[in-house]
Amino acid sequence: MPAPLLVPAAIGIVFLVFPLVGLVIRAPWSAIGPQLAQEGVGQALRLSLVSATLATLVSLLLGVPIAWVLARSRIPGRSVLRALVTVPLVLPPVVGGVALFLVLGRQGILGRPLFEHLGITIPFTTTAVVIAETFVAMPFLVISVEGALRAADARFEDAAATLGADRWTTFRRVTLPLVAPGIAAGAVLCWARALGEFGATITFAGNFPGTTQTMPLAVYLALQRDPEAAIVLSLVLLAVSLATLLLLRDRWLGRGVSA
Amino acid sequence: MKTRALLVLPAVAALALSACGGSSSDAAAGTSSSAAASSSGGDLSGTLTVFAAASLTDVFTDLGAQLEADNPGLDVQFNVAGSSALATQLTQGAPVDVFASANEKQMTVVTDAGLQGAGPTVFTENVLEIAVPRGNPGKVTGLADFGNADLALAICAADVPCGAAAEAVFADAGITAQPDTEEEDVKAALTKVQLGEVDAALVYATDVQAAGSDVEGIPFPEAEKEINSYPICVLKAAPNPEAAQAFVDLVNSDAGQQALTDAGFRAPTS
Repeated sequence: MPAPLLVPAAIGIVFLVFPLVGLVIRAPWSAIGPQLAQEGVGQALRLSLVSATLATLVSLLLGVPIAWVLARSRIPGRSVLRALVTVPLVLPPVVGGVALFLVLGRQGILGRPLFEHLGITIPFTTTAVVIAETFVAMPFLVISVEGALRAADARFEDAAATLGADRWTTFRRVTLPLVAPGIAAGAVLCWARALGEFGATITFAGNFPGTTQTMPLAVYLALQRDPEAAIVLSLVLLAVSLATLLLLRDRWLGRGVSA
Repeated sequence: MKTRALLVLPAVAALALSACGGSSSDAAAGTSSSAAASSSGGDLSGTLTVFAAASLTDVFTDLGAQLEADNPGLDVQFNVAGSSALATQLTQGAPVDVFASANEKQMTVVTDAGLQGAGPTVFTENVLEIAVPRGNPGKVTGLADFGNADLALAICAADVPCGAAAEAVFADAGITAQPDTEEEDVKAALTKVQLGEVDAALVYATDVQAAGSDVEGIPFPEAEKEINSYPICVLKAAPNPEAAQAFVDLVNSDAGQQALTDAGFRAPTS
């Protein structure tokens, strides 16, 4: 293997893995049992997994069509649209949370009529957690899928069209299977980002155990009180997310996906 | 402000070191200038490093500027952060002249380590207040409203100081709070009031004062059970003890106390 690739790769891997090693070394292994048994840990973990998964499903439903529009359609202003879609990537998540308030909060553009006429409030609910996570994580899926669509050979779609398939059938029967690995990789990225989401969630959904307190929020608050507890919680989140991704990779994603 | 003050620390440390190694004439000169300063003012010089709780930022910045104006040779540097972070930095040996804590607990961390010069004194107090959006849409009148599950309510998480105080106040009053969110710090709770997303939040009187016209404060009698006392002290190893004492004197002066009152603090009761 060529050294110009191998050496920076090794340095990069050390850089990425060392903070994790730090967490493992500093973890209070003897106290890990009691820490885990504390009430609220399982609750926060369950809420994290459920909300990240729901956010990924919503992102798939909305994000794959966005990616198709960006990669295949010829609507004007596509590059502006692409820039707008990726805004949540650039926006500090806390600002994203405030922005969600301005639209969906009790005083928000859409939230106000919802609250005044239907009595529905979105902030401080589990729905708000899913919305915040979707807002922050969906761009990762859109970018991955758009890349896959651009890389896919469009001649297959042309062939399907010449054989009489309409665009919807072509999309379902030809395009989707073609870019399935890209969608899977995007979904994994999206899920991982949603699982670690902190800023938008604590701003828009608040922090309440059982309803909106996900693991990253629990970790942050534990840090205020007991850094060791925060390390234990971080490791739990890490272990669960790594295990999930490895299992998924074996079961569903096949060999073609570099997730 | 915080970053700048931290960057200055190594420089202050270097000054302190050189002072230690300096000749006795330096020390003599320092003493004579301090005598002049305490009588007439205007002769303080060098750098004064003040570690102050974040809630004191505005008042202390103003008082520091005032001291600098009276003493053209003096440079006042602040490191503002949470009191616990400051106490940790102090016990790790940061060369600091004055420490002002937002609670007695973190001052105790410092005095237990024997770092104080003279004994710390309480110079001001802060009490909890109910913050409501302008116009009070939830028609909140007192602490008992925090037991109303129909209102959107924010308190601080029990892990942070304002949350611990809130918990104690509720326990004293026998109220089971029904918050919709337990915020990570007092400013986050206040933001939700400013945005009109909650009907009320339990914050400090100074936070209500700082929030301006978007937020109205409702004092409540139960707050007297959980008064937050702010102690201040000159540190034993202060590199600039004369300026340190002058700053503490300024904080305790009528002008200093007025500035604190204007910011929502109140004079110590005990």
